[in-house]
Amino acid sequence: MIRFNSVFMQYPGGIDALKNINIHIETGAMAFITGRSGAGKSTLLRLISLIERHTRGQIIVNGKNLDKVRGNKVALFRRNIGFTFQDHRLLNDRTVFDNVALPLVIAGYRHQEIKKRVQAALDKVSLLSKVNSLPMTLSGGEQQRVGIARAVVHRPTLLLADEPTGNLDPMLSWEIMCLFGQFNQVGVTVLIASHDLDMIKRMKKRIITLREGRTLTHAADYEEKP
Amino acid sequence: MSKPRRQQREVGRIDVIKHLITVWFLQHVQAFIFSLGQLCRNPIASLLTASVIGISLALPAGFYVVLENTRRVSSGWEGSVQITAFLKMDVSEDRGKELAAELENKQGIAQVQYISREQALAEFRQSSGFGEALDALQDNPLPTLLLVRPQPGDNPEQAAASLLDQLKALPEVENAQYDQQWVRRLNAMILIVQRSVFIMAIFLGMAVLVIIGNTIRMLIYHRRSEIEIAKLFGATDGFIQRPFLYSGFWYGLCGGLFAWLLISGSLKLLERPAVHLAELYAGKFNLAGLNPFETLILIGSGIFLGLVGSWISVSHHLRAIEPA
Repeated sequence: MIRFNSVFMQYPGGIDALKNINIHIETGAMAFITGRSGAGKSTLLRLISLIERHTRGQIIVNGKNLDKVRGNKVALFRRNIGFTFQDHRLLNDRTVFDNVALPLVIAGYRHQEIKKRVQAALDKVSLLSKVNSLPMTLSGGEQQRVGIARAVVHRPTLLLADEPTGNLDPMLSWEIMCLFGQFNQVGVTVLIASHDLDMIKRMKKRIITLREGRTLTHAADYEEKP
Repeated sequence: MSKPRRQQREVGRIDVIKHLITVWFLQHVQAFIFSLGQLCRNPIASLLTASVIGISLALPAGFYVVLENTRRVSSGWEGSVQITAFLKMDVSEDRGKELAAELENKQGIAQVQYISREQALAEFRQSSGFGEALDALQDNPLPTLLLVRPQPGDNPEQAAASLLDQLKALPEVENAQYDQQWVRRLNAMILIVQRSVFIMAIFLGMAVLVIIGNTIRMLIYHRRSEIEIAKLFGATDGFIQRPFLYSGFWYGLCGGLFAWLLISGSLKLLERPAVHLAELYAGKFNLAGLNPFETLILIGSGIFLGLVGSWISVSHHLRAIEPA
């Protein structure tokens, strides 16, 4: 699903964010990217979602060479990806329903279909009762779950999460992680950037550790301490 | 490839195209309604913008209405253009009358009135108040006059001009001039004002573009986070642009309607004084407003400026917003 071949990423100004990254994540896998702040976790996700462009090497996502995905193709490429963010990034002037419906509206679904799918997605994150609430009236955990519903409502093949539990207490964090695990079980490839090493170890999934822009370990990273 | 399978593929492709058209149409309707909703959510700000656009459109349109009315009045006068031909002093009275009769039979001349030197003197004495001064003169200083009225044709202006030249060329005629030179001067002035209105319309049109462009720019930055998210979830540029373009459309439409209201209201206020003035001249005159076609042009140009202004703004500012 995701393959990095000797990928380098240099920000304007000469700061090397990623150096010689080689990763392969299979379709249907679930993996964590960890490392200290500034290690390049977010940059890695941003390269996959084409928010940033890598400066050297090759990235293949879902069979597509990202060098070739340009212009109008970027939008269509992103429709196969779901995103969640640490700060949720919900639209505060829209209801929960409208927020979750956004990817479907973009893809041009009919209203009945949108309604059906949004309800299913909200049901999955146990927030069906809040369908007409505004995001500001929800708790942090609930907002994160709305964000997850939005990320999966259009049934993407790849789910990217940047610090999805950053602002939550351990209990809520664990619930959120289990939610990601459930989506993975139904076939979605999940890639999560997180610095909460204790929790991601409990998930017993692959962990990719970054340090100063390089991959440290691949398999035996259960012992790695932050 | 076997035939049925190819057919199946053809059918599949048609379905895909049908689906794309439906989606395209659906998204347009969504953007159309959504942008209207946005406008209604900030009624005061929207009203302010629409009224500024309306005033900018109403100014040139209003001047146009005034000009059209002036032209209608003065074109009534234009038909009665007269040429006065002054005969040379040594032309006899008989020859003068003969000439008048000759001219009257000529093509392009409706009527010729002969005014003898004595008649002219009497008229002058009566109307000028210089009677006593005239008495001091030994000879009558006034020449014989022929008042020539050209036949009203398709092009009265040109017909009158060529007639004037013909008259001037006659050996008996000392000089010839338009009796109503001032109508022509008025028309010349109207032409200048007309062009000024045109120039003003261009400037104000540009102002409308700037106003709408700026309003849309603020809308875009106000919804920056929303645009970023939409782009991240695979929105095409077209999808993101559409609501802003429709906002421009609505602003233009509302501005155009507002301009129309302003002009209609102003005409209502001017109607009575105009009728009163016409009565003083014993004339019949109705103040003409915008006819349906002109109304359509006014509102249409509002919509056009709205769309162009928002398009410029959108194509300029949306590119700058990328998800981060």
